[in-house]
Amino acid sequence: MQTVYMKLSGIQPLQEGKVNLNKQEVWINGSSYKNKDLAFDIPITGTVYGTLLNYRNAYIQSKETMHQAPYQAPPKAPVLYIKPKNTLIAPESIIPIPEEEQELEIGAALGVVIGKTASKIDEFHALDVVEGYTIVNDVSIPHDSVYRPAVKEKARDGFCPVGPWIMSKTAVHNPNALEIRVLVNGELKQKSNTNQLVRTVEKLLADVTEFMTLTKGDVLLVGVPENPPRVKAKDHIHIEIDQIGVLENTIDIEKASVGGRL
Amino acid sequence: MNHARVAYDGSIQEATVIDDDVQLLDGRLVTQDEVVWLPPVQPNTIFALGLNYADHAKELSFSAVQEDPLVFLKGPNTLIGHKGKTVRPHDVTFMHYECELAVVLGKQGKHIQQEEAYDYVRGYTVANDYAIRDYLENYYRPNLRVKNRDGCTPIGPWLVDKEDIHDPMNLTLRTYINGKKTQDGTTADMLLSIPQLIEYLSSFMTLYPGDIILTGTPKGSVDTVVGDEVVTEIEGVGRLVNTVVGEEALQNS
Repeated sequence: MQTVYMKLSGIQPLQEGKVNLNKQEVWINGSSYKNKDLAFDIPITGTVYGTLLNYRNAYIQSKETMHQAPYQAPPKAPVLYIKPKNTLIAPESIIPIPEEEQELEIGAALGVVIGKTASKIDEFHALDVVEGYTIVNDVSIPHDSVYRPAVKEKARDGFCPVGPWIMSKTAVHNPNALEIRVLVNGELKQKSNTNQLVRTVEKLLADVTEFMTLTKGDVLLVGVPENPPRVKAKDHIHIEIDQIGVLENTIDIEKASVGGRL
Repeated sequence: MNHARVAYDGSIQEATVIDDDVQLLDGRLVTQDEVVWLPPVQPNTIFALGLNYADHAKELSFSAVQEDPLVFLKGPNTLIGHKGKTVRPHDVTFMHYECELAVVLGKQGKHIQQEEAYDYVRGYTVANDYAIRDYLENYYRPNLRVKNRDGCTPIGPWLVDKEDIHDPMNLTLRTYINGKKTQDGTTADMLLSIPQLIEYLSSFMTLYPGDIILTGTPKGSVDTVVGDEVVTEIEGVGRLVNTVVGEEALQNS
């Protein structure tokens, strides 16, 4: 059994529990509960930073255009963006699809949850600042150009489901070797592995904290694998990361979705 | 009224500022020199506008005509208060200030129309949105290494209630380096006005109290070096002082 930190709906403090991923049950204060009987809320509190082009194949797909306008050269530093507070939603919540859009992109991301203030850390001590890991669905409106910050495409309300918990770091043997699977309506649509990262978790933490401090509760997404699945209204999204858990949400039209659950 | 957040006598205090007097919420009256100035707002989402003044866009050799406004987001790590110090990395050749009117929202809204946009504004403050141009890259430009560095967005000294600003779209912005005026513009030259920006942002996302919109800078952004005192000033809002320091300021002495 592994230690997790959960935010349960209706209880203010974060709850520490033990989880059995195979049996899909959680122990809290000595009592066991089925995962499906618990209402998981957003387990993180800080700023969510995303990383672009950090999976090898995603990078290779863009490589051809990197020497062309407007990019001119491959990126040197990690390419980062922010998923602001309005985007954060809980497991099982509805991801709202704007009326004028037909499809959304599912970005299955490992979220590294920061446990203590991290400034200019080096690669070899990088995991010291990590509290644990969570699953993040970095939802986007499909867009080709990455020249300008994609605020309109990535910062919509409800475009960042997070959860179901923070899996403590000690439970994860190697964050750079975790398989990620995305199922849409029960059908496997994407399979990847964090062993495909361009910058490892440690390297990314070092390069990012070189110029900006991450604080407890912040989350750094390690990237989104190539060929993110496209989904539409009513689709059920299941993102599973080995050793961490499953994050599930459903897409619905924006009007039906304010704070909504199915 | 001018609302500040300050540190005084070992605690963080809300305060109002009248002339040189800082009136702490607990009743104590102190002077401006006795407090440590914090960012006047604890931010929710921080938006910043690039190229929102035609003359600055021209200065950076961009066409002012764009499909969508150039919006980027900033993290809370970037904000520091009045009289703070901002680090210039030793290897850079061009670090410039940007004097900007910061709009602080006071009310939640989505699909806000221009005509009612000011109902959602709580007040205004001054921001200096430093950029380190050496680190510019063409991916999600301006990238976070240029614009999201620790302490690279001085803000303050205080928040001025919107009722105290007659016309936020007609305010003089000026920057002085070591007392010499280097930037002189007016908010009247913004490409997208405050109501237009609020309408645009709220057209696709919910805005919340505590959100801050940095509305862009006019022309006149020049290099700053270690030791420079940079004063960004907006008529009727405030005069924000910042000092550029070297990386050795962060080392153990």
